[in-house]
Amino acid sequence: MIRLLAALLFWACSAQAQLAIEITGAGAQRIPIALAPFAGEAALAPGISTIVRADLERSGLFRGLELPPIVPEPTEATNINYAEWRSRLADALLVGSVQPRPDGRFEVRFRLYDVVKQQALGGVAYTLGKEQLRATAHRISDFVYEKLTGEKGVFSTRIAYVVKRGNRYELQIADYDGAGAETALASFEPIISPVWSPDGKRLAYVSFENKKPVVYVHSLLDGKRHVVANFKGSNSAPAWAPDGGRLAVVLSREGGSQLFLINADGSGVRRLASSSGIDTEPRFSPDGQWIYFTSDRGGTPQVYRMPASGGEPQRVTFEGSYNVSPRISPDGKTIAYITRNAGKFQVALLDLSNRQVQILTDSDRDESPSFAPNGRMILLATVINERGVLSAVSADGRVKQRLSATAGDVREPAWGPFIE
Amino acid sequence: MRAVLFPLIATSLLFLGACATEPEKPAASAPVEAKPGAKPQAVESKPVARVDATGRSTGSPFAALKDPNNILSKRQIYFDYDKFEVKDEFRSLVEAHAKFLRENPSAKMLTLLGAREDQIESVSLGEEKPVCTDHSEDCYAKNRRDDMLYSGEY
Repeated sequence: MIRLLAALLFWACSAQAQLAIEITGAGAQRIPIALAPFAGEAALAPGISTIVRADLERSGLFRGLELPPIVPEPTEATNINYAEWRSRLADALLVGSVQPRPDGRFEVRFRLYDVVKQQALGGVAYTLGKEQLRATAHRISDFVYEKLTGEKGVFSTRIAYVVKRGNRYELQIADYDGAGAETALASFEPIISPVWSPDGKRLAYVSFENKKPVVYVHSLLDGKRHVVANFKGSNSAPAWAPDGGRLAVVLSREGGSQLFLINADGSGVRRLASSSGIDTEPRFSPDGQWIYFTSDRGGTPQVYRMPASGGEPQRVTFEGSYNVSPRISPDGKTIAYITRNAGKFQVALLDLSNRQVQILTDSDRDESPSFAPNGRMILLATVINERGVLSAVSADGRVKQRLSATAGDVREPAWGPFIE
Repeated sequence: MRAVLFPLIATSLLFLGACATEPEKPAASAPVEAKPGAKPQAVESKPVARVDATGRSTGSPFAALKDPNNILSKRQIYFDYDKFEVKDEFRSLVEAHAKFLRENPSAKMLTLLGAREDQIESVSLGEEKPVCTDHSEDCYAKNRRDDMLYSGEY
């Protein structure tokens, strides 16, 4: 594993958040990019170029170049001297400006250049209030990332996770980098298994607030929520169908943990599979055709899949005696899961086309893997010194990040979808 | 099905004591607007309303269940590793609760002997409710337990 520890420590500005991110490792080929400070960006701290640089470097695919002070500060309107930027070893260049407006808002403009091809790749202008600084910077990062890698960036996406402090549990929603955390639900009983609806507006989760596991669907914008599954026994492990109208859930109402389908409004429950063992942790494939799940029907916990319409399950994992928590990549080609490897619980990635398995982490107790919506990174919870922290690993295992809260146990992460 | 090692089974009875939740109004926030003439890129803030489910439900109406001198106030049954047999030392406890349920048909709870099926609900709490978090056999033994809760106690 590459240990080019490049790192960057980044503190979220929100008083609630305080998740710090540490990055180790990097992609094999990182694009050297010059991010000139946006002219006038000191008026909006932290500077937009600083946030964009942190975003891009966190992806492991970019390397921000150290630049000497440039006078006069370049802006999106400056004529670009490509030879000069090339001499600084930049493949790409981002320049921009921030200007206060009379109404108290700001105007931000930027332009991105391909220094090698000597061409402009475009730019955007925004007006914004101070509170949209980070959201705007993340949009600029998404623009740069997509132009230079050909893939969509995830800098404007959000994550959900559960923080436990003392006997208090909070389901929190934060930007993908842990900044701007807000509490969606607070409880004195456990909250587990949050999953984002495909439209990113709702979460399904299991809350023990009535002293038993009950599945809820919760609308983030207005806090409205409803019970989806509160049958006798346990109600657990919700998974959204790609259509957003149905969920797979695990119910013990007929004895033993078994898979069921239920409408998102709680109606129309029907059994999906029958097993002599425990079936749990369902997840739909992105095309909606398959449900992957964990089952010990064969004697040890392994990943299986079955047609979403019902039918005969097929075993998916064969290496090792403990493979659980399957998550299908957004392109449907690989699954991430937790495997027991020499007594440690680590994230593994299985290529469904050639059956190759790669172990991505070197930690001891990983849980709850969750793909970024572009499939590049996998967010997970891991236990270090008896405390749950979030970390992330790239799907090729090269880039590792750790997001640690200053206090409390952080668990059950779920990376949200792209939001248009 | 998670990567930790110490099964804890707490069995509780169920009753519906819905907690009140009062969502707060989301804070209004202005979207970032695209500048006319530039490629429009509307950036929306995504406020999250806060729901508080920290309210506690009220206690059981049955005084005997709370009297520390009454065996009915004892609610934990401990198990040996990977075993589900009720050990002899807990039989009188189980029988006392079974008798209470037979005599109080409206009470709902878990029991192992002689209660009506509709009086009982069993729930696995997995690893979520350890009473002890040390890495010792004493501690693991405390987590291998059944808790008994009557309606109104949860």
